[in-house]
Amino acid sequence: MKKIISGNEAIALGFTDGGGVFASGYPGTPSTETLEEVARLGEVYCEWAANEKVALEAAIGGSIAGGRSLATMKHVGVNVAADPLMTLTYTGVNAGLILMVADDPGMHSSQNEQDSRHYARFAKIPMLDPADSQDAYDMVRTAFEISEQFDTPVMLRTTTRISHAKGVVVPREKISPQVGEWVKDVPKYVMLPNFGKIKHVEVEERLLKLREYAETTPLNRVEMGDTELGIITSGVSYQHVREAFPNASVLKLGLVHPLPERKIREFAGSVKRLMVVEEMDAIFEEQIRAMGIEVEIGKNKLPLCGEINADLIRAALGDPVAEAAAPVEGLPQRPPVFCPSCAHRGLFTILSKLKTFVSGDIGCYTLGALPPMGAMHSVIDMGASISAAHGMARVNAIAGRDEKPVAVIGDSTFFHSGMTGLLSLAFNGGNALVIIMDNRATGMTGGQENPGTGKTLQGNPTRQVDMVPLVKALGIDNVFELNTYDLAATEAAIKKGLETPGPYVLIDRNPCVLRYKIRKPAMTVDQDKCTGCRACLKVACMALGLTASGERPKVQVDPNVCNGCGVCRQMCKFDAMHEIEGENNANL
Amino acid sequence: MPIFNIVIAGVGGQGVLMASRVLAESALASGLDIKQNEVHGMAQRGGSVISFVRMGEKVASPVVMPGSADLLISFEPLEALRYLHYLKPGGRLVYNKISINPSTVAAGLAVYPDDVEDQIAASCGNALGVDALAIAREAGNGKAVNMVMVGTVLKNLPLEEEVVTEVVKQVSKEKGVEVNLRALAGGAAA
Ligand SMILES: Cc1ncc(C[n+]2csc(CCOP(=O)(O)OP(=O)(O)O)c2C)c(N)n1
Ligand code: SF4
Ligand code: SF4
Ligand code: SF4
Repeated sequence: MKKIISGNEAIALGFTDGGGVFASGYPGTPSTETLEEVARLGEVYCEWAANEKVALEAAIGGSIAGGRSLATMKHVGVNVAADPLMTLTYTGVNAGLILMVADDPGMHSSQNEQDSRHYARFAKIPMLDPADSQDAYDMVRTAFEISEQFDTPVMLRTTTRISHAKGVVVPREKISPQVGEWVKDVPKYVMLPNFGKIKHVEVEERLLKLREYAETTPLNRVEMGDTELGIITSGVSYQHVREAFPNASVLKLGLVHPLPERKIREFAGSVKRLMVVEEMDAIFEEQIRAMGIEVEIGKNKLPLCGEINADLIRAALGDPVAEAAAPVEGLPQRPPVFCPSCAHRGLFTILSKLKTFVSGDIGCYTLGALPPMGAMHSVIDMGASISAAHGMARVNAIAGRDEKPVAVIGDSTFFHSGMTGLLSLAFNGGNALVIIMDNRATGMTGGQENPGTGKTLQGNPTRQVDMVPLVKALGIDNVFELNTYDLAATEAAIKKGLETPGPYVLIDRNPCVLRYKIRKPAMTVDQDKCTGCRACLKVACMALGLTASGERPKVQVDPNVCNGCGVCRQMCKFDAMHEIEGENNANL
Repeated sequence: MPIFNIVIAGVGGQGVLMASRVLAESALASGLDIKQNEVHGMAQRGGSVISFVRMGEKVASPVVMPGSADLLISFEPLEALRYLHYLKPGGRLVYNKISINPSTVAAGLAVYPDDVEDQIAASCGNALGVDALAIAREAGNGKAVNMVMVGTVLKNLPLEEEVVTEVVKQVSKEKGVEVNLRALAGGAAA
C-alpha cells in the first residue's frame, strides 16, 4: 500500500522490512526520527546510545553476532564514531552493517556543513545516496546485500531534504530477520598490526571489486534524453535537476562511492555538454576530472556552500528562473528562543549580568549566545565546554589573569562527551565553574531519552544515572544544586563558584518544560504600575511585548504564550507583574 | 494538471506540520503524487517555520522556488509578509490575522511593524486575512488554528472538499475529531 513518509521513516521501514535485527544511534538533526520510527514500528530491537561511537560499536557487535545491524547519526556524529569506523573497514562484517548518516547542507540545525561523502572515500567503503523516500526505503535492503556480499560496512547517506521530505513509498515484501552464527575469528576481528596488514590489502582488493560492481549495478542509472546536455548527479540534487531540466540526459548515481569510471566515460561521450550537480564539495567533479573527462559546468557555476535548488541549476546554465518579487526587507527576524518558562532562561539572565566568559556547548542552551543575552562565548562541538574551559583557565593562570571560566553543558551532552572533560579537569586540578543543566531531556533534538531520564527509547523504565554521585566519582568535591528559576539564588551560587578556587560544579535539575509538558499560570502586567523600564525584556521571552507605540511603551504578557515561570517578574523593581489565577491554556 | 505548489508559513509550535500533512494525504487520496517538506530541527518554540507541499502527476523536487507558489497559507501576518515573494503573480494568500511577537521584538531589539496588513494588501491583490484563533476557539479549542487555516483554502485546492474532510477525520485524535471538523468548516466559511 502507498504511504506518505519521510526519508527517515522510509529508512526505518526499510530496515524493519529488510531483515534488520539491531539498531543503535544518537539523536542529531536531521537523522533523529529514523531510530524513533524503528521504535514506533516496534518490530526490531533498537536503542539510544550515549554517543555515536558507542552506537556504531554496538552495531558492530550486533553484526559480529550475526544480526543485520544499523547505526544512525548526524554528519558530525561520524566524527565521534570515526575511530571505530576506520578500523571496521578492515575487519569487515559478519551480518550486514549499515551506518546511516544525515548531512545538513544549508546548516538548518548544525554547527558545520561537512560532506560525509569524504568519509566513504576515507574509509574506502561503499556509500549509497537516496534521492527520495522510495529510494531510501529500497536502498536499505540493497545496502545490506552489498555489505554481506563484499564483507564491508556500508554508509547510507541522506541530507536534510531527503531525511525530512515526505514522498510516496510502496513497501516491498518483507524479509524475516535471520540471525547468523556468532563466529570467533581472530585474524578477522582482532586488529593487531600483523592481522591489520593483511586486512589492508583486502580492503584495497575489495574496493576494486566494488568499482566493478558500480559499473553494472542498477543503483547507477542512465536516463537518456536530449544529448545536448548531460548531467551527473545524486541524492536530492537529482530531483532539482529533473525539475529544472526534465528533458536533459542524466546519470543518476545511487552508489556514490566508488564511482563507475567506464559508465561515466561512456555517458560523457554521449552528450555534448557535461554538467555535474552535487551539493557541498566537488567530490564527483574532482574524481571525474581526474579520469581525464572534461566537466564544463560544475563548481565553477554552482556553490560549494549551502543547498542547491532548481533555480541555481537553471541559472548555472543561463536559463531563466521564475520571476519573483524581492523579499520584503527589514522585517524583524524570528530566530528560535528558549521556550516560555525554560529553565535555561534564568541562568543566562544572570550570566549575562555577570559578564563572565562562558565556554559553551551544544544544546538548547546554545541560544544563550544570541542577543539580548550574549552570554556564551565559544561553542565548538559536543563536550567542548568543560575541556575548553580548562585550557582557558590554564592559559589565564600563565598570563596572570585571575578570571575563572564558566562552562555550561546539558545532561545529554554531558553523558555524550562531557564526562571525560570533567574527569580530566579533576585529574589535572583545573579551575573552572561547570554548570550542568540537567533537564532530563535531549531538548534540542526533540526531548529524547538519555541515561539520566530513567527511560529507554521505547519509554520503558530503566536505570537512571544519578548526576551528583556521578560527578563526585569523577573527582569533584564541590558539587551543589542550583535552581535557575530563583535569580537571586542563582547569582549567589555562581558568584560563590567563581570565588572558590578549583573545579566547582553546579547542577540545575529543573525539567525541560516542553518535553514534560509543564504548565503554570500565566503572568500579567499591571499597566498602572509598569513604568516601561524594560528590565523584564532582558530575559528574552517571546511572551513579553511592548504595548503599541506611545512615548514610553509599557510591557504586556501574552497569556497564550506565557508559561508562568516568574523569571521576568524577578527583574521588575516596580512590582508590576503578578500571576493570573486559574488554568493555563497556553497555545504552545 | 501542472504541479500545484503550496507554501505554509508560521511560527514553531503552531501546527504547520499537521496542516501540511492533511494537504499531502488528501492529494495522495486523490491519486496525485506529492512531495512535502519542511525544515525543522530545533525543538524550541518561536522560530519561523516554512513548509512546502507540492502535488501533481509526478513531482520531483521537494522545494518550492520563490515566485512559483499557487497558494501561500500563513499562520501569522508577519510570516505572510516574510514569504510573500514565494507567490506567483496572481497567487492566493490566506493568513491568520493574529500576530505573535518574534523574540527580537519581545526583547525590545526590533519593532513589530504596525502596517503589516497594509503592506500585504499593497503587494498582493488576492489576499484574505482571517481571525483563525477566534474561529478555532469557537470550534472548541484554540489549538485548532491549523485546521481553520486548512478550511480557509479548501476552495483553492485542486482537491475535492470531501477528500480533505475525510483525511482530517483520519488524522485527528479521537477526542479531537469533532473540534477539528468544526474548525475546518469554520475556516471554510470565513
Ligand atoms: C556529535 C553530535 N551529535 C549530535 C548532535 C545533535 N545535538 C545537538 S544538541 C544535542 C543534545 C542536546 O541535549 P542537552 O545537552 O541535554 O541540552 P538541551 O537541549 O536539553 O538543553 C544533540 C544531540 C551534535 N550537534 N553533535
Ligand atoms: S525544548 Fe526544553 S530545554 Fe529546549 S528551550 Fe524548550 S524547554 Fe528549554
Ligand atoms: S513571560 Fe515571564 S513568566 Fe511568562 S514564561 Fe516568559 S519569562 Fe516566564
Ligand atoms: S520591569 Fe516591570 S516596570 Fe519595567 S517594563 Fe517590565 S513590567 Fe514594566
